[in-house]
This record gives sequence, structure tokens and C-alpha cells, in this order.
Amino acid sequence: MPVRHPTSAIRPSAARPPGVCPLASRPSATRPSAAAGIRGAVLAATIAFAGPSLAADETILLQSTTSTANSGLYDAILPAFTETSGITVNVVAVGTGQAIRNATNGDGDVLLVHAKDAEEAFVEEGFGVERLDVMYNDFVIVGPTNDPAGVAGTKDVTRSLDLIATSGTPFASRGDDSGTHRKERALWEAAGVDVEAASGTWYRETGSGMGATLNVAVGMGAYALTDRGTWIAFGNKRGHAILVEGADELFNQYGVILVNPERHPNVNAEAGQAFIDWVLGDEGQAAIAAYTLDGEQLFFPNAK
Amino acid sequence: MSTSSRAPGRARAAPASPLLPLAVHDLSWHVGDTPLLRRIDLALEARAGCTAIMGPNGAGKSVLLRLLNGLIAPSAGSIRWNGRPPDADVRRRQAFVFQRPALLRRSVHDNLDFVLRLVPGSNRAGRAARADTLLALAGLTGRERTPARRLSGGEQQRLALVCALATEPEILFLDEPTASLDPASTQAIERIVVDSVTAGTAVVLVTHDAGQARRLADSVIFLAAGRVTEHTPGETFFTEPRSDEARDYLTGRLVTRTAESARPLSPIINEARSTCP
Amino acid sequence: MHEITEALGLAVALVLAGDADLFEIVGLSLRVSLSAVAIACAIGLPLGAALAIARFPGRGVALIVVNALMGLPPVVVGLVVYLALSNAGPLGTLGLLYTPAAMIVAQSVLITPLVTALTREVLAPLHAEYDERFRSLALPLRTVVTTLLVDARPGLATVALAAFGRAIAEVGAVIVVGGNIDHLTRVMTTAIALETSRGELALALALGIVLVTLALGVNACVAGLSRDTIRVSARA
Repeated sequence: MPVRHPTSAIRPSAARPPGVCPLASRPSATRPSAAAGIRGAVLAATIAFAGPSLAADETILLQSTTSTANSGLYDAILPAFTETSGITVNVVAVGTGQAIRNATNGDGDVLLVHAKDAEEAFVEEGFGVERLDVMYNDFVIVGPTNDPAGVAGTKDVTRSLDLIATSGTPFASRGDDSGTHRKERALWEAAGVDVEAASGTWYRETGSGMGATLNVAVGMGAYALTDRGTWIAFGNKRGHAILVEGADELFNQYGVILVNPERHPNVNAEAGQAFIDWVLGDEGQAAIAAYTLDGEQLFFPNAK
Repeated sequence: MSTSSRAPGRARAAPASPLLPLAVHDLSWHVGDTPLLRRIDLALEARAGCTAIMGPNGAGKSVLLRLLNGLIAPSAGSIRWNGRPPDADVRRRQAFVFQRPALLRRSVHDNLDFVLRLVPGSNRAGRAARADTLLALAGLTGRERTPARRLSGGEQQRLALVCALATEPEILFLDEPTASLDPASTQAIERIVVDSVTAGTAVVLVTHDAGQARRLADSVIFLAAGRVTEHTPGETFFTEPRSDEARDYLTGRLVTRTAESARPLSPIINEARSTCP
Repeated sequence: MHEITEALGLAVALVLAGDADLFEIVGLSLRVSLSAVAIACAIGLPLGAALAIARFPGRGVALIVVNALMGLPPVVVGLVVYLALSNAGPLGTLGLLYTPAAMIVAQSVLITPLVTALTREVLAPLHAEYDERFRSLALPLRTVVTTLLVDARPGLATVALAAFGRAIAEVGAVIVVGGNIDHLTRVMTTAIALETSRGELALALALGIVLVTLALGVNACVAGLSRDTIRVSARA
């Protein structure tokens, strides 16, 4: 026999003194401004995670190139500077063009690159205070050891490039408007080779940094122009070696510039200048000269 | 119906303004150009008990139920629950049980608790006690932790029904609640419905099951081709139906749909009517 | 190809040796990407729910745009955020550039459309199922949203994992706004990029193996957690 359910089970409020009618209209929910809450949360989170910009130690930002950073130079010399001055140097290593662009935007305190014309223009346009020589090294042409174009041993850069062009062996260019790339283009011009026309055939423009371009060169058995420092520190040499070096045209000068605090008030001019003074002074210059890799000195100080 | 409207000190008082009588006047509902309900007039009195809505496929029964609950808006005409349209406040005093139970993806207990929390002034102890009562009503005592979706069809519908009753609705709508259930589950559901009616809930039930209507209904509204052909007390409807359409329906003669009602229906109605025999 | 075996050995050696630099980089990667996922969910879950529930003019267009933004190239996001945070840009005064905060911002921008679009995808069918019942209960919008989000937990967990995967694996955004500064803004992917450009392919691969293992670990944790939740609720 099915059980009858008592009324009180179904309608308890009907069977007992009613307090509030069980279905009184609920208070309309006033939604807190969700958007304001979210914005606040984001801001709080980002501030909570904001890094050493809130730290007590002084820091400066150095916009520099991959060739200097990847060679390990900064890892070697910066700790000495930090110890004497108490200033930490944060290095952003990008292509020369990007480094200059960043410095133009004021996203850095000091600029250290190797593209003299661009650096001088930077100062002339008022974004930098003064351009000073800091160190030099040289470029080299690397290629497969079997040397299809037969350039090994020459000190004549123009002749080597001519040989490479005629032989049609691939040449990997950075193609990214960096200091290295501009130097490379100047050399081709001096050799009278129209590389624009050859782009996509034996002349391969990677549009990438030095390391990436070297990976490409090694991967496709191509020649490439690189600064010595990057090459020595490069870990993927495989069957490639330095084939052309020592020519005067392969000279590579690095310059250092303080970003103009008058253009960008956020620039830490005092600390930036302290770094520049140090790197141009005896201590910094000696540290540069002392840095070797595989027994070879990579950079040669030449501050005046 | 807020507490502020009640004079302090009054103890056992009936709700200040009940939802019944219901007055439906000139109600029409179109899908595009196709009329599904045509100029319906209806009335439900204060002690309506259980009202069954019956009729052939495509007659508009499920649509009518949804219109009464305010889930769909009429194309023309009016629905007044003791003078009030079926807005959100009115809807909170009603409950709707769908043909396929739309239970939450949670345990049996959490499903009940979800609805019980909607009742203002509830506290944890009160909800727990009420949940136990409702579980017993549904015959699901001991199954609190079972995921609701793992229950059988009959058990799910019983749960859906007690969830609907949890808010102590004054009007309970049931849209073919036992259409796909076995006889045992059907009986269990009907038992709860009968007891709800006895406890004072007015029930409006759409059903295809003439036997069920016979067992439960105090009165029957017969819909055919979007029109109400009759609204008769339960005792007489089955023995002496007044309209031809009802007579045909009860004797099993197929009612041919007119060209108009043969047009495709809206997805809402299709969903609600999916497994009708 | 020998680099791969070399890399495997190197990866194990680095982890076992407790290499400080490695753990620093891993820690920062997790901090940045998990923060980005948290922010993206805080914005994307309600937004995706709104898109699943609400009917408003222009909804179709909004949907197309959000779906399209899932395909934002990370480096483009990086550039845009860089321009905004640059000292020459509108938000330069915040001083966020070249900090982990900037990386979190960039990754959040990158994955919020993903979270929004996929949340909508997960919630829309659920909403269709619950909608009539919720309307018969006359639930306020806030309750509808929270109920959908709670009931869709398994699907949303996958959404969060997809967002995490996208964030932890990208390099374009964080390298532009972070600068890959040693001990400051160097994460796993930028370290891999750096080692690749140094020609240290085996080391780069080793870092990659560590990264993939990390992602596996996170996914396993989430799977374990969700299984426990199911087990708990299923206990009769």
C-alpha cells in the first residue's frame, strides 16, 4: 500500500505558524561593479609582482647587442662594477636596431652597440648625450671547412666576397639592419656585388640575430660574416671555421652612450654615467682586456 | 508579498494575496506567422486542485503551460494571476517540472540544497531538516551523495519534483512528468502530486495519459488546434466529453491536424515535446 | 641527432644537481604564467559566461572577434604591450617594462581571449540545458553565472590548462616586454631561445625537456584534483 505523505512534509509553512512567507520576494541583488573589482585585482597583482623596480638597490638598464652579451663579456665584467659601485646592471640584449629604438623610447639608461653611424645620428637627434669609443674587435668570415669558394687564408675581403658570389655558394646574412648587417652590406658594396638582386638565391637573409643566423649558416653549409666574439662563444660550430680574418675593413668599433635625461626624465643619469665612467676608466678597460674565451681575447679596449 | 505588508502580531494568516483565481483572456501565441494558440480564454478558481491539460500533438499544451508560468511571452492577450502578470515575483511562488529533469551536475543533496537556499530566511539546520523530509518524500533517503545524473529516470524525476516542492509553491506546473517512466515510478510521482494537492498546492498538469488524468485531475482542459474546446470537471470529462475533438481523442480516433498546425514548430516546443507517445 | 640523447642526460643532470639558475628560471616561468592564468580566468570566466548567457545586439560580432583573438601571435602582443609600457608610451610612468609584471600583463593579454572563447564554448550548451529551469526559478543573473561556472568545473579546468599551456610555451611576448634579463626576466622559453642563439643546442633541448615535464606535472596535478572531487561527491 503506498504511503501517504503528511501535509507537513509538503507544505510545512501551511502546517505551522507562518513567519516569513517562504516565497517573499528576495532582495534584488545589487551587483558590485565587477569591472572595478577586476581592474583593482589586476593592478594589485601586477604591483605585487613588480620586480626590483621597487627594490632598494640601484639598478640601471643597459641596451646592448647580442654579440656582446652572447660572448659572455657582461657576465665577466659587470660583477666587478657592481661590487665597486653597488649598482646592478640589467642587460637587454637585442639587435642593434632594436637597442637603438629602445633607447630612443627612453627604455634604458645606457646604450652600447657597434654601429657608429647610427650611434652618431642617435646623439645628433638629441636622444643621447655623447658617443664615446669603448672597445673594438673584428669581424670574421666563417664557412664550411671544405671551402667551396676557395676563400680560406685570404686577407682580401673584397676578393673573398667576389669569390663567394661567383661560386654561388650560400651566404647567410643577418638581414636585420644591425651593426653587423650594415658592415656586411658595406663590404658587399665595396666588392661591387649586388646582393639585393641575389636575395633568395645564394644570398640568404635570415632577418635574425647573430646566433640564429650562424645556426642557419652551419645548417646549410653557408658562409657568414660574424664578430669574432660571438663565433668563439658559439656552441654549434660543427664543420665550420674562420676562413677570412685580419683585414682592415673587418675592424669593429663599439661605442657607449648615455641616454639623454633631458629627453626622458626617467633615465637614471647619475648611475648611468657612473657605469660609463667605469667602463671607460682603467678598471673597466682592464676587465675588458682580461676577458678571454678558449684562451683568446675577444674584445680590445680603446677608450680615449 | 513582503513581510512589511503584514501587520505585526498576526499569527496564522493566509498569504496576503493568493495567486488564484487565474484569468486568461484572449491569449494567442504565434511562431512567425503560424498561430499556435488562438484567442484562448481560461479561468482557474481559488480551489482548483489538479487541472489536467490534454489534447493531441501540436495542440499547444506545453506552450500554454509555459505561457502560464511566464517562460514565454504571449503574442496577444493577457494572463492574470489574481490580477498579476506572470512576472519574476509571481514565478517565485510557482514551480515547473519539465518532462526531462534539468538537474544540476551535483549530488542529490546538493541539488536539493541549491533550491532550498533560494528560500529566504533559511538557515543551515532548517535546510538540512527540510532536505531530509524531501528526500524521504522522494524515496531517496540514503542516496544524498549520489550524483544526480547517476539516478534512474524515475528517481531523477522524483528528485526534480521534490526540488520543485522545496520552495513550497502555490502553483505547480508539470509538463508530461511521467511520459517516459515505468509504472512504478509513475505511481510514485502521482502519489506525491496527490499529496501536494491535498496540502493545498494547485497543480496544472499536461499529460497524454488518459488514465493518469482520470486518477489525478479535478478538471480537464482540452486543447485542440490551439483552441480550448472544453474545460470540464474530471468526473464527467471522461464519460461525457462535450466537444467532438475530445470525444475523438478519447475514443482513439486520430485527429487530423489542419494545414496550419502542420507547420514546423519552434525549438522550444520541440524540445518539450520530444518523447511524447 | 645525438643532441637529443645528450639533452636528455643534461636535463636529468641539471635537475638532480639542483642547478640554482635552472630553478630560478623555472620558478619565474611558473610565477609569470600561473599569474597570467589567474588574471585571464578572473576576466575571461565571467566574460565567457556573459557571452554564453546574454543576448545583446552585436553578440555575433563579439563572438567572432573573441574567437579570432585566440590566434593573436605572441610577438604581436609583446610589441603592443611594449609600446604601451615603454617610457615613450602612455603607461610608461608605471615603470613596468622589463619586469616580471610586464610579462604577466603581456601573457594575460594573450590568453584572456582564449579563456573567454573556450569558457563560452563550455558554458553555452550547459546554459541551454538549464535555461528554462533557471527562468522558472526566477534566478538572478549572478546566481545563474555562478551555478554554471560551478557545474562546468571539469570543462573549465581544461580551459585553464589550455591557457596555461599557451602561456608557458610562448616566447614572443615575454622576450619583448621582459628583455630576457639574467636573474630578472629570464624564463624557460627565453632561456631556450638564448641557448639556441648561442648554438648550445643540447642545453636548449634539455631546458625544453624540463619545460615539457613541468607542463606534464601541472596537468597531472589538475587531473588528480578533479578526480578526487568526483570521488568525494560520488561516495554514497
